[in-house]
Amino acid sequence: MQMADTPYQFPDASGHFGPYGGIFVAETLMPALAELREAYAACQNDPEFIAEFEYELKHYVGRPSPIYHARRWSEILGGAQIYLKREDLNHTGAHKVNNCIGQAMVARRMGKPRVIAETGAGQHGVATATVAARYGMECVVYMGSEDVKRQAANVYRMKLLGATVVPVESGSKTLKDALNEAMRDWVTNVADTFYIIGTVAGPHPYPMMVRDFQSVIGKECLEQMPDMVGRQPDYVLACVGGGSNAMGIFHPYIGVPGVKLVGVEAAGDGLDTGRHSASLTAGRPGVLHGNRTYLLQDEDGQIIETHSVSAGLDYPGVGPEHAWLKDTARAEYVGITDAEALEAFHKLCRLEGIIPALESSHALAYAAKLAPTLPKDKILLVNLSGRGDKDMHTVAERSGLQF
Amino acid sequence: MSRIQTVFQRLQADGRKALIPFVTAGFPAPELTLPLMNALVEGGADIVELGVPFSDPMADGPTIQRASERALAQGMSLRKVLETVRAFRATNADTPVVLMGYANPIEAMGQERFVAAAHEAGVDGVLVVDYPPEECVSFAATAKAGGLDPIFLLAPTSGEQRFADVARAGSGYIYYVSLKGVTGSAKLDVDEVARRIPEIRAAVGMPVGVGFGIRDADSAQRIGAVADAVVIGSRIIEEIETNPGEEVARVRDFMRSIRAALDALAAGKGAQA
Repeated sequence: MQMADTPYQFPDASGHFGPYGGIFVAETLMPALAELREAYAACQNDPEFIAEFEYELKHYVGRPSPIYHARRWSEILGGAQIYLKREDLNHTGAHKVNNCIGQAMVARRMGKPRVIAETGAGQHGVATATVAARYGMECVVYMGSEDVKRQAANVYRMKLLGATVVPVESGSKTLKDALNEAMRDWVTNVADTFYIIGTVAGPHPYPMMVRDFQSVIGKECLEQMPDMVGRQPDYVLACVGGGSNAMGIFHPYIGVPGVKLVGVEAAGDGLDTGRHSASLTAGRPGVLHGNRTYLLQDEDGQIIETHSVSAGLDYPGVGPEHAWLKDTARAEYVGITDAEALEAFHKLCRLEGIIPALESSHALAYAAKLAPTLPKDKILLVNLSGRGDKDMHTVAERSGLQF
Repeated sequence: MSRIQTVFQRLQADGRKALIPFVTAGFPAPELTLPLMNALVEGGADIVELGVPFSDPMADGPTIQRASERALAQGMSLRKVLETVRAFRATNADTPVVLMGYANPIEAMGQERFVAAAHEAGVDGVLVVDYPPEECVSFAATAKAGGLDPIFLLAPTSGEQRFADVARAGSGYIYYVSLKGVTGSAKLDVDEVARRIPEIRAAVGMPVGVGFGIRDADSAQRIGAVADAVVIGSRIIEEIETNPGEEVARVRDFMRSIRAALDALAAGKGAQA
């Protein structure tokens, strides 16, 4: 859990990353968050907790995940070399499980027998259900009823793992509404329930805690890259919805000079169409879901419906630390459309024999744009945050096929 | 002295309890909000809480969320809420109006612009559900300086430190959320409320209103026996929802039943809590 040796010290004691982050929740949740802050602070400094977390990551998740040189694809692109951090090879098929194990361990130490989670595509729900089964905890997952329909296979996976999936009918019936509903459950059942948030957003300490658990990704890269290529990469790229896989790989690199950090948001049908999920690129700061951050909102401050071909990026907010990295220009944020992401998806399938998640395909697509503009000795490290098995239906439909 | 303080002083002198109903602005239709506010006052409201609809009302239950969605679908906005208050003030100079809502519409307008516009429209207080005291030191100060009482929530889970925090940041009254959960929940533990209120009132030095879970004359009377004010929200929204076309009359009648129960209490005829 030790941070890289850098002067970057965020968030502050009250959970702020400059003007972002904080604790914007109703009074009913304040004591629960205070209890969580104390519990997490104790875990952070407990060698036993750290050792157990590392043991679980190694033996249950299968870490460290390898880094793979996408040689054929790099050659065809004709520029910089592309390396992939293979989070898709983790147990459950994505980076999400790193965080779920960490939070479930905190929940166990707090004596909370019940965990709840929100999920969009179902990946975080599956990871939470998996970990709840592993630790023998009751698990309830809130999922927008639209997503329940779109992600039937993941709903079944969660049920197989013993979780109860609650379809949410309010609002746009997607991720943000599932998050609202999970918060309501937590307010009501706070005494015995731990809320496992799936991304680096929400009220303090969640953005920090989720980042810390996901930082294992970047920490491994810091060691693996010199072993593989003798140095650190020139660019680190990752897709950003809420931003947990990006923060996990970025954070250990924040203090490393010369490494450019690029977050790739979902530009959907195009930023000018209004149908996208690019909160950092096209939104403005506001308050939602417990933190101040960039949001997609109308003039009156109402949250607007978002769109992306990848359900995991389909969220109107973003983690507050990304907002801070954007404003301080330590990271750059760009948009990739559905069409560009799908093209990269197919390229990776055909050229490297890897089926990437549609979320990760956004980062791959930007790498494919960037690589040809750079000399061959430059290195791009892309966080391949998840595998694409879950996206078979979406991709087939887009290609005019049906199972 | 603010309109809110004036109301509580007058009630206290009479030995009566404040009745504070809540309606979501723009529900069931924007043009019905003003008549509904007037009906609340005719039915015995001492203060009117007007909900500013928000797309993601995390602390509200399904009833108020549904009302917010319908209001937004008909174009309700923070600006239009302020216009409605201005229209209300044209015929009512005495009944305080408190806006209740979420932070983002206020942030989108700008905190200072909001305070100035709200005060100018005749708003007396503002309760921002997701602005706890530690996140709104400057907003609370701006509100007070601009003539708005910043009103804060306390919950069954709040400890003594929280009492001190809201006492420092808030003014007007304190809104005690009588149960764990969201608005409109069913379980109300009157004994627990009765135990907490004197302790809270002493700590904050302000009147304490109780809301969340008060649904009828009986529960209003039992809460009124221990609190300074009774807040009713979801139950009124349900009355509106289930009586299309007769909303205004039904809300006025419902309010009268609650008012009578509270005044019976003042006259010493009420149930002992």
